[in-house]
Amino acid sequence: MNKNSLWSRIKGWSLFLPVMSLILVMAVNIIHDIAVGANPLSFFMITLRQTTGNGTILYGRIIDILNRGSEVAILAIGMTLVVSSSAGTDISVGSVMSLCASFCCMLLAGYGVSSTSTLAVPLIVGVLAGILLGVLCGVFNGTLVAYFGIQPMVATLILFSAARAIGLLLCNDLIVYVRNDAFGFFGGFCGPIPTPVIIAAICILVVAVLLKKTALGMYIQSVGINSRASRIAGLNSKRIIFMTYMLCGLFAGIAGIVASSRITSADSNNIGLYFEMDAILAVALGGNSLGGGKFNLTGSIIGAYTIQAITTTLYALGVSSTQAPVFKAIIVILIVAIQAPPLKAYFKHRSNAKQLQGGAIS
Amino acid sequence: MEDNVVLTARGITMTFPGVKALSNVDFTLRKGEIHALMGENGAGKSTLIKCLTGINDFEAGEIHVDGISGPVKNHSTKDAQEVGISTVYQEVNLCPNLSVAENLFIGREPMTKFHTVDRRAYNKRSQKIMDELGISVDVTQNLENYSLAIQQMVAIARAVDMDCKVLILDEPTSSLDDEEVEKLFGLMRNLRDKGVGIIFVTHFLEQVYAVCDRITVLRDGQLVGEYPIAELPRVKLVAAMMGKNLDDLAEIQKDSIEDVSKNDLEISARGLSHTGTVKPFDLDIHKGEVVGVAGLLGSGRSELARAIYGADKANTGTLKVAGKDVKINQPIDAMNLGMGLLPDDRKAEGIIGDLSVRENIILALQAKRGMFNQLPRAKQEEIADRYIDLVQIKTASKETLVKQLSGGNQQKVIVARWLATDPDFLILDEPTRGIDVGTKSEIQKLIVKLAGEGKSILFISSEISEMLRTCNRMAIMRDGEKVGELDHDLTQENVMKAIAGGEQAHE
Repeated sequence: MNKNSLWSRIKGWSLFLPVMSLILVMAVNIIHDIAVGANPLSFFMITLRQTTGNGTILYGRIIDILNRGSEVAILAIGMTLVVSSSAGTDISVGSVMSLCASFCCMLLAGYGVSSTSTLAVPLIVGVLAGILLGVLCGVFNGTLVAYFGIQPMVATLILFSAARAIGLLLCNDLIVYVRNDAFGFFGGFCGPIPTPVIIAAICILVVAVLLKKTALGMYIQSVGINSRASRIAGLNSKRIIFMTYMLCGLFAGIAGIVASSRITSADSNNIGLYFEMDAILAVALGGNSLGGGKFNLTGSIIGAYTIQAITTTLYALGVSSTQAPVFKAIIVILIVAIQAPPLKAYFKHRSNAKQLQGGAIS
Repeated sequence: MEDNVVLTARGITMTFPGVKALSNVDFTLRKGEIHALMGENGAGKSTLIKCLTGINDFEAGEIHVDGISGPVKNHSTKDAQEVGISTVYQEVNLCPNLSVAENLFIGREPMTKFHTVDRRAYNKRSQKIMDELGISVDVTQNLENYSLAIQQMVAIARAVDMDCKVLILDEPTSSLDDEEVEKLFGLMRNLRDKGVGIIFVTHFLEQVYAVCDRITVLRDGQLVGEYPIAELPRVKLVAAMMGKNLDDLAEIQKDSIEDVSKNDLEISARGLSHTGTVKPFDLDIHKGEVVGVAGLLGSGRSELARAIYGADKANTGTLKVAGKDVKINQPIDAMNLGMGLLPDDRKAEGIIGDLSVRENIILALQAKRGMFNQLPRAKQEEIADRYIDLVQIKTASKETLVKQLSGGNQQKVIVARWLATDPDFLILDEPTRGIDVGTKSEIQKLIVKLAGEGKSILFISSEISEMLRTCNRMAIMRDGEKVGELDHDLTQENVMKAIAGGEQAHE
């Protein structure tokens, strides 16, 4: 066979497996729809629906996945950079989301107020302060990892356990409700499109442009592959690692605002719960090595939406939300396993053997 | 298998993406011989060895080992060790964060009857092994506390201890000083007399003639021939390796070095030091001058250069660059003053293995421009092409990952990286270590050429002869201290005497 045949070129594509995983999940949906006699393409159907107000919104499973997957997608951007530069993960992002949400709501409602519909400070102040707090958390993590040389897992464990509690402290142990349409916008709809989708798209776009138009991407990968050599070649390895943690904090802050706006409240105990795991998983599903170095942002983003697609699919299949994690785990094992190097090598070996046999016969 | 033969390889073929690394290579090793495997960078020496030891999965050919019926196909170094093939590689592949003893016994720890690791037993046995080899170390200390030379010797000790029939030494002497090399040779002869077959890969021709019985030469992945040592004089060996006659080493003439002591000073260091590695030193380097740094391994040669460059920030002293007082806190500061440093440890501080040749070449230039001032892609490619051509990097393409290149070509990539920044002052720390004769003379010629263009160069090398060919002046290092300079009567003997100090030169 020609080495440059379309199929082997597709197989050699770095996003082959992440995309295949996503297609696999979609295929399950289609099969299910056929089995229950629904329209086979109902998974992909997008319709316009009238809301109780008088707006129209996009509706459909794809839209739902894009919408619900926004936070993990946003987190996955920062996580990808952190993994690449420091060969470690930031496990505090879920808690930091919660802290940022609490801080934002606390400012908007006023300290000690548990429920309000009028804003104590201008919306923009609350939102930006929440995001800024995320950046500060990133600065804290980055300082520990880059300048104090603490292992990423340990350094981010501090905020992993503390941030959520600090959030509760800010909110007086209450769930603070901000029943205000303006605040609800970030988790609601912008015209017919869910706002989180737009926010995620903007984040992805900004980072993509940053990676394309500056040397940031090469710097991060270079430091992740060999930080000592990078330093000798003139890169400030510590500052670059620091920056990735700061960016990761920024995105945690943004994700926190979105999550909080969805439920127009700061539910410290539940916002961003286990999201750090989903974000790390998204990076892994995207075909990125958790050992750092080379990264593929597109892969991580696809990974994030794959995770959400799995969840949505399970609900569509009628799996209860309490049991969903079990099935999710099984699917994740399968997807991660087919990307594992020993299996890849095995399949490559087999297809080589087949080609040799074929050659002998013909 | 014929008598006396311990290992045969027949028709070994191996392809890397875009490169035929080995094609139909035969190799025979007899009992009780030291067999040199010679060839230029990329000739396939390391690849052949990796095939023997199971790291590379070769496509065609057979390997037979004495005492084992049927062809042997190793899939890991562990397989290889089980059939009696042990290896010590070019770069130390041990675990620096484990103790010496743990490194000696990793993967084959002695067990107590409770099936736990018998720490006491292996510490004791390790100390005995090291004592027998005459290596003075505390085996309970972490390996990283010792010099590269000691680490290398631990790697050899590990291989030797595993009752091997075939011992492969891949550039073991690159980082050893003369005395240590002699010690290693003693050990090799000892093992040879016990019937071990030793494959010795090196770039040092003198060492081949000092210790080997037989030579196999490879070129461009193909076997050139196998010769008893007596039938292959040095000139013929070099000719066989390069596929042409040796004409270039002689080309660099001592008298082509001009007198530059009247030129302006490029570098002027006063009392510069780095605690624990190099004591305060003064050093002047003129524009267009090549200054050599001679000294034994661990004498502070590299550390002197690193203190100037800011790789290890100097604790005391002042530095003037082109007449201006400067403060260097980190490498980028030095780079912005027109400096570049080619570090001695290529793997740890030189290459960015998973990045492409192009990215590795433009990295330093990009770092100087700053993150937000990215070199346009077309410009990057142009620079990569230019330097691949200029220093003749053998690579399938400029997008090939640098880790897929041979050691010498990786070194050339780093040379290219610095040339691309157009430095005024270039520090070359062991630029020719582990590099073949042809490339060595290319790099030496390049040094002379750069100096001719008015650039200043600090050249550190273990091979005094190559410094003699290129340097105007030499700084002598001993025990972390700069003990003097030689600027006339630069001869091997004088330099040796200076390195050795007041006493008799040791050779």
